[in-house]
Amino acid sequence: MKGTELCAPAADLEEIDRIIDRYRDEKGSLIQVLLTIQAEHHWLPREVLSRVAERLSVPLTRVLHLATFATAFSRIPRGRPEVHVCTGTACHVRGAPRVLSTIEELTGIQPGETDLDLRYSLETVNCLGCCALGPVVEIDGKIHGKVSIAKTEDVLKSCE
Amino acid sequence: MPKLRTPQELSEYREGLAARGAAERPCVSVCAGTGCLASGAREVIEAFRAEIEAQGLAAGVEIRGTGCPGFCERGPVVVLQPGGICYLEVTPEDVPEIVTRSLGEGEVVTRLLFEDPATGERVVREGDIPFYRHQHRLLLGQNIRIDSRSLDDYLAIGGYAALPKALVSLSPEEVIEEDKRSNIRGRGGAGFPAGRKWEGARHAPGDTRYVIVNADEGDPGAFMDRALLEGNPFSILEGLTIGGYAVGAREGYIYVRQEYPLAVENVTRAIAKAEEYGLLGEDILGSGFDFTVKVHRGAGAFVCGESSALMTALEGRVGEPRPKYIRSNVKGLWGRPSVLNNVETWANIPLIIDRGADWFAGIGTEKSKGTKIFSLVGKIRNTGLVEVPMGMTLREIIYEIGGGIPNGKRFKAVQTGGPSGGCLPEELLDLPVDFDELTRAGSMMGSGGMIVMDEDTCMVDVARYFIDFLTDESCGKCAPCREGLRQMRRILGRICEGRGEEGDLETLEELAEVVGLASLCGLGQSAPNPFLSTLRYFREEYEAHIREKRCPALSCRALLSYYIDPEKCRGCMICLRKCPSQAIEGGKKQVHVIDQEKCDTCGVCFDVCPPRYGAVRKISGEPVPEPLPPEERMIVKAGGE
Amino acid sequence: MNDLTMRIDGKEVGAAEGMTVLTAARGAGIEIPTLCHHDSLEPYGGCRLCLVEVTERGWSRHVVACVYPAKDGLEVRTRTERIDRIRKGILELLLARAPNSPILRELGEEYGADPDRFEGEGSFCIHCGLCVRYCAEVKKAHAVGFVDRGVRREIAFIPEIATRVCESCKECFPLCPTSYLQAAWVLVKSLATPA
Repeated sequence: MKGTELCAPAADLEEIDRIIDRYRDEKGSLIQVLLTIQAEHHWLPREVLSRVAERLSVPLTRVLHLATFATAFSRIPRGRPEVHVCTGTACHVRGAPRVLSTIEELTGIQPGETDLDLRYSLETVNCLGCCALGPVVEIDGKIHGKVSIAKTEDVLKSCE
Repeated sequence: MPKLRTPQELSEYREGLAARGAAERPCVSVCAGTGCLASGAREVIEAFRAEIEAQGLAAGVEIRGTGCPGFCERGPVVVLQPGGICYLEVTPEDVPEIVTRSLGEGEVVTRLLFEDPATGERVVREGDIPFYRHQHRLLLGQNIRIDSRSLDDYLAIGGYAALPKALVSLSPEEVIEEDKRSNIRGRGGAGFPAGRKWEGARHAPGDTRYVIVNADEGDPGAFMDRALLEGNPFSILEGLTIGGYAVGAREGYIYVRQEYPLAVENVTRAIAKAEEYGLLGEDILGSGFDFTVKVHRGAGAFVCGESSALMTALEGRVGEPRPKYIRSNVKGLWGRPSVLNNVETWANIPLIIDRGADWFAGIGTEKSKGTKIFSLVGKIRNTGLVEVPMGMTLREIIYEIGGGIPNGKRFKAVQTGGPSGGCLPEELLDLPVDFDELTRAGSMMGSGGMIVMDEDTCMVDVARYFIDFLTDESCGKCAPCREGLRQMRRILGRICEGRGEEGDLETLEELAEVVGLASLCGLGQSAPNPFLSTLRYFREEYEAHIREKRCPALSCRALLSYYIDPEKCRGCMICLRKCPSQAIEGGKKQVHVIDQEKCDTCGVCFDVCPPRYGAVRKISGEPVPEPLPPEERMIVKAGGE
Repeated sequence: MNDLTMRIDGKEVGAAEGMTVLTAARGAGIEIPTLCHHDSLEPYGGCRLCLVEVTERGWSRHVVACVYPAKDGLEVRTRTERIDRIRKGILELLLARAPNSPILRELGEEYGADPDRFEGEGSFCIHCGLCVRYCAEVKKAHAVGFVDRGVRREIAFIPEIATRVCESCKECFPLCPTSYLQAAWVLVKSLATPA
């Protein structure tokens, strides 16, 4: 994933069509199509949603509801790297809220936001399933465990 | 690989595996579950590969990345076969020694063994470690024995013995009967008897039926379904295929949340493997039964774990629950009879069919049979997945398996059942854990999350946390859940911030009734449980927050002050340098003082103050002592120093 | 046609297979309050105001009348102390969102709801979904839909469709229990056709 790609305004609709075609014959494929587009393009711009609605003959209202309903989807470009702070119960009781607020202060962004330079996107996740290591922060697939407040800055820096 | 066309061919193939000595070959099993991967298991596997190659042992030794055996706390976990030597917290640097000494010379590397904290004795074999010794690992025990990508491994340990038995010697009705007699109840939460669900679907009108695996494990703090799906996907496929045969379904779905990419990958690969071997597809093992399975990724919404919402999502729609008073085993996915069971339930099915209902019903309590996997997490020494017979007490699970509370802290509560469950206090530690006992105590089994809390955990904050979670996860369709939870969150938030008022608890109780009784689906109906159970057992904590503006657990940030004890401060300046608000005054060899105006109670000073000083104190509900006047802050050297 | 017999609030009521408790009750002149129900739309079960208590084979539970199927021998109670308390609660919660809605005010009065019970946060929309469902199910136009979830849920017009079809239709406007729909529409229109 290159940072410049994120700034590119126009989505490649031919590429979108190819993804749609992969799921052509499956009943109820809308969510799978959107997940694949999200995974490959990192966000779902409006024109892409219109295209999906048109090609799958699904009302745009439904596509739009879905794209805003589920946490996997983003209607704004996501930055790089994606910082995921686990706020599952195990991490919560081990101090995740303080880790999160420290990251918010350091990056100046709130969960769901991307900073203006597209350096970070911040998200909270409900459980990453490595509760033994809590509190856990995942940055672009790499899991950092037992994160203390004092360690948070180093963890963020490690991915720059 | 030619397709296995008959049960005969399957057993011959299995015998062929045994003859090749697949089971006895020396093998290094490294847990490649999510927890161990996060602790560096991938690097350990690579190191084994390189070292075994370098020592010229590659032909004779197998290296297996396996599913999670449960002991995440001490990962990466490595088990050597034969012998079952278990090494914990293995790093790549340990690998050459393990290969040379254990694989080469048959010795044990003592320093990597589990050390019993009570006796100091080293434990060699996996099964003898106390964490495992008290468990009954019917399902999880298989994980470390197989590479989740290898159907041969699954066959070698006796997998796919139940499917031919069901297809050849049992009628669908007999399979259902076996299931009913085993008395297995759904592991997803409510504990509905699976056999009755299947029977309802079998007898519902229509030709098309579906069987579905619910792997939308959304409970924050629960990951047993993930471990099963990642570690042993074939057992779930086998169970699902048997279920399909029993209820008369030719299609199965596995609904997995996309946050579990490894589970999606492993189960997708397992389906392809099973198709290749002829264990999925047309005319399975010559029985005339056709069955296919598709994987559907969920896009991240807790509510989709609710059965009607999950089925709506499978249809490609927004995962909102549907109002229904007709069960989904009569009218479910695309309006057809559908059986939805959770991952762990399906994983139990092959065992029940293979070993018989009586064997299964012999484990557990009168009304809850078999084992249950819990994810034991939070303030507990041995974090991980534990599988125990139903009816084991909370105390045994937490103390004997979990090793108790770390850092000399005191146990306060255990939360079971995820956001729909409740918090149980110390006086209930001897409660035998099964579906009904937990419900009676005001909690529930849920999918099996077990979050241990110590004296530092604020129970009001825990209630706020869950209500917060559920407010975010509510789909927003029905008014009581959407609006009621919003108001509950607001009031609980206020209480945690020290702005609670008399009457708040009564308002919360009224809201809990509205939300619990009038909400459309299970999410809303059970949403008040975390609040109600904490109120029931920890009312005094609520009252302290509201009346005294005090957080007894010293956890709620808005109700805390930090104070440096002048008797204990050594003037080391660590906290002063680390304070992000520059709220600490002081200098070398001077007693430090926190400017309460500038302090935003982030707690960094408390964290960084060297434990041998322990000078930073948390205070709640009482005034902060006046600081020493500046002229008295010089620290006079203690004698001899 | 009335092949089923039920008792609603002690009164014998006939109903046909496929009817809901709500239609059966209303047919017999028994009023049950609703906000999201519409006769020509699929049952939705969103506002939960039509909560009633049903007893079958000696077993009682609370269900919503707009979805629950009429059954022979069913015993229904539409007003109990508990039901009234729940309805009052729901109305108070909704009044915090749409304090000026006439129907909410009226029902609120009937059930003794305090409009200021909860801290207000005017969204004005109470998510009954009548506009969204009417547009989809009856008009098949899909010009307005829901977006987002939970407390952030909203209705949203699809401008490219709405500017084409809404002006000549507006059939959903009178269905709106608050005035939010009109406001949303005016906004979409003005954004789509700048002066």
